[in-house]
Amino acid sequence: MLKNRGIAFKLIFFFTLSSALIFLLIFSFNYRFSRRVIEKNVEDNARNLALSKVNRIETVLVSVRKIPENLASFLENGSYNEEELLFLLRTVVQNNPEIYGAAIAFEPYAFDRELPYYAPYFFKHDGSIEFINLGTVSYRYSYLDWYQIPKELNHPDWSEPYYDEGGGNILMATYSVPFYKNVGGKKQFMGIVTADISLGWLQEVVSSIKVLQTGYGFLISKNGTVITHPLKQLIMNETLFGVAEARNDAQLREIGRKMIRGESGFVPFKSIASEKPCWMYYTPIPSNGWALAVLFPQDELTADVTRLNQTVIILGIAGLLLLSVAVAFIARSITNPLREMARATKMIARGNLDIELPPVKSGDEVGKLSEAFRTMNESLKEYIQQLTETTASKERIESELKIAHDIQMSILPKIFPPFPDRQEFDIYAMIEPAREVGGDFYDFFFIDDEQFCFIIGDVSGKGVPASLFMAVTKTLLKAKTLWEADPGRILTKVNEDLSRDNDACMFVTIFIGILNTKTGALRYANGGHNPPLMIRSENNPPSGEGGHEGFSGDVGFLAVSKGLVVGVMEEYTYKTDRITLKPGDSIFIYTDGVTEAMNGQGELFSEGRLKKQIIELQGRSVQEIIAGTVEGVHSFSHGAPQSDDITMMIVQFRGEKS
Amino acid sequence: MIRIVLVLFLFLFGGASPLHAAENALKSAAFLPQWSPQAQFAGYFVAYETGIYKKYGINLTMLPGGPHSPSSDFLEKGKADFATMWLSSAIQKRSQGVKLVNIAQMIQRSALILVAKKSGGIYKPQDMNGKKVGLWRAEFQIQPMAFLKKYNLNVKIIPQSFSVNLFLRGGVDVASAMWYNEYHTLLNSGLNPDELTTFFFHEHGLNFPEDGIYTLEETYKKDPALACNFVKASVEGWLFAFSHPEEALDIVLNHMSKAKIPANRIHQRWMLNRMRDLILPVDKSIPVGILQPLDYEIVSHELKQSGFIKTIPDYHSFFVRCDHRAEK
Repeated sequence: MLKNRGIAFKLIFFFTLSSALIFLLIFSFNYRFSRRVIEKNVEDNARNLALSKVNRIETVLVSVRKIPENLASFLENGSYNEEELLFLLRTVVQNNPEIYGAAIAFEPYAFDRELPYYAPYFFKHDGSIEFINLGTVSYRYSYLDWYQIPKELNHPDWSEPYYDEGGGNILMATYSVPFYKNVGGKKQFMGIVTADISLGWLQEVVSSIKVLQTGYGFLISKNGTVITHPLKQLIMNETLFGVAEARNDAQLREIGRKMIRGESGFVPFKSIASEKPCWMYYTPIPSNGWALAVLFPQDELTADVTRLNQTVIILGIAGLLLLSVAVAFIARSITNPLREMARATKMIARGNLDIELPPVKSGDEVGKLSEAFRTMNESLKEYIQQLTETTASKERIESELKIAHDIQMSILPKIFPPFPDRQEFDIYAMIEPAREVGGDFYDFFFIDDEQFCFIIGDVSGKGVPASLFMAVTKTLLKAKTLWEADPGRILTKVNEDLSRDNDACMFVTIFIGILNTKTGALRYANGGHNPPLMIRSENNPPSGEGGHEGFSGDVGFLAVSKGLVVGVMEEYTYKTDRITLKPGDSIFIYTDGVTEAMNGQGELFSEGRLKKQIIELQGRSVQEIIAGTVEGVHSFSHGAPQSDDITMMIVQFRGEKS
Repeated sequence: MIRIVLVLFLFLFGGASPLHAAENALKSAAFLPQWSPQAQFAGYFVAYETGIYKKYGINLTMLPGGPHSPSSDFLEKGKADFATMWLSSAIQKRSQGVKLVNIAQMIQRSALILVAKKSGGIYKPQDMNGKKVGLWRAEFQIQPMAFLKKYNLNVKIIPQSFSVNLFLRGGVDVASAMWYNEYHTLLNSGLNPDELTTFFFHEHGLNFPEDGIYTLEETYKKDPALACNFVKASVEGWLFAFSHPEEALDIVLNHMSKAKIPANRIHQRWMLNRMRDLILPVDKSIPVGILQPLDYEIVSHELKQSGFIKTIPDYHSFFVRCDHRAEK
């Protein structure tokens, strides 16, 4: 995805991304660190605040505790009558403002053997002190918590908080102290001394806790019952565990369990009142195992840090934007020339070298590249100009060659049968130049009414020089034939003319034959040319005459006297050979293009193959023999390019029609 | 005379159907739940508030229940036509000559349990030996006593008040609790269920089905259709409460606050859920409100063994199957 994006995009992307990462790292470290510092302070503050409140509460509870304890101690050690007891109890209630009421509850029949329940109770009501005996049949106090729990536990105990139904719905708690009698060295339980305190002051102490804007404190009893809380509906109606159940909050339940177990702790806590995340410090009130919690709303604590962080984030984002702009600027200074160069390259690729190149503005790598590009463009222009010129001249030569080819072809007789009225012989020839113009040629014509001359030649080299040399040779041959009727002498004369002033040192191989179309007598001379093939008619078995070399079956190479190639040595005499053709005999003449035709493996067609080919074609018409041989050569070379012209000619003697 | 004819008419032509009832004038009846308003009686409050009783042709008066209004007294003295009571209490009353009939046994299992802290080393009944066991009074003691006898346990019995604080502070090792009430109070005082061992009496062969609907034999005979319509309406109320728990809780909490009783929704929700466990028979083919003969036998046998009753009242004269009657 990123791979195909531009350099500018990549630069902006990676620079901005890595800078953003660095920024985030620094930012989060800073944030965490400052938060930790604040949390540390909060924990200290919360602990101090909670402990100071707990101390205040504890001081009151301890002082209240002493009163029933002293009373119990008095009951255990002193002797008393009912009157003294009531006076003492009344005085205690009267003299201790924090005490709402006090009772001495005896075990059934412990105070008076006649009396099942005896529990004098003094309490404050409308500014005066009232008295009742709690022990009535309908109020069997011995099964009530305030009596039963310290009795069963054998130690003093604070009751759970409760609403006093008689005393104007005041929240109360009772401290109960068991007292005993020593009977025969054994402690015997006698009853319970109680002191009731109003918890109004305690609620005030806790409600006075105000932390920041919405922080608060709350108090729970040993059972987890909420005693004070900003949410009034929770007070005395709900335990922390009930709240946890309602909210399906297992963590709250666990914190509650720790609180009632008397543990202290500093924990993250979701405010029950505001649902806001807070820090909470909780600690027990040692006297009664209740627990006080102080909540610090996190967002208010970290308000300054949050504000600072917001500013930092805004600055960071602005910085990143600025950085992006700067990177974009740098990237453009690189990519603009590159883009222009890319466009120029495309134009150049299309062949337009004359386009405006981006100017070199700087000496940096991009500038150097621009400069190199400009140089390359100029060199290319020059090169292409040369190439254009070369191509033009080549084209001209090629077109001239084409014309030359046409001319060359036009000077060779190409109409077959050339003499339809002459039944005594037949001739067929073909030429396949390797290039547009070749050095091979053939020719045939009547010297007089009976003498038929046929020539095949092969000029050394190829192309224009060869074709020119061939034209000269052909013209010379024809001219000389008009003067001389002997093939040897004709060749000797032509050789003389060609050798003279042959500065190019070109030469030509020539086979020339003159056939008496009446008698079948053939005179011929060979100037370094391949020996022709003699095809005897089936009616004409080979005779010893003429010493036909390599004559196998009816096809064999014609015996020729050795003769030098024409045009090399001025003083050279060519010999004329003779042979008489019988009706049906043919003579097959060819250039070395046939035998040296190559296939893909570099093998030559060879004379052997040629001979075999001719044997196969024996008995066919002249056209068919030529066509069959051409096909044989082509199928052998199998499309491999030929380096030499291929020329063939066949002359068949039929003799006079009897 | 007209009334007798009407009763006869209803009896013969299926007057129990609400359709017919609606066409007639509403009949007045008074009902007393055996305790102060709470989810223990959610079905009755729901039937009352959503007009189910009216649908069944009853103009019901809900009497305020509580410790000072014993159900059997109210029935005997004619202050209430119908009342809920524990099966064990009703059998006792019947054997004492009060002609009570059970017209529906709502609760199928004992909700009374014994509970102990695992930290006190109590995991099985035998672990209670020598420990302090808190028991409530009177009928609440029948099952625990039978339990203690069954396992031959020697314990110190401590009278228990209706608070769980004695148990929470360690004043007793084992406490009595209603599964739908005090047990939840324990959980919401910070004890986790896995810290507690619970002894359900039905798991120890001492199933005492509790709340049932009772009326005087005389009242029933006078107007069986009324009694059975009351049962049907009540059952419908319960089923409605189970399928619409929050709506039912609203109704219960409203009644609680009217009776000036501290109302705690969480606690009442727990109670309503437990009532569903206790009321709906485990076997779905059994209709709600049937007193199983086996349960009846266990309870009466245990009562006789413990000396609470001398003779076991006949099951068929004690329990009236309204569902059978309606099919006639």
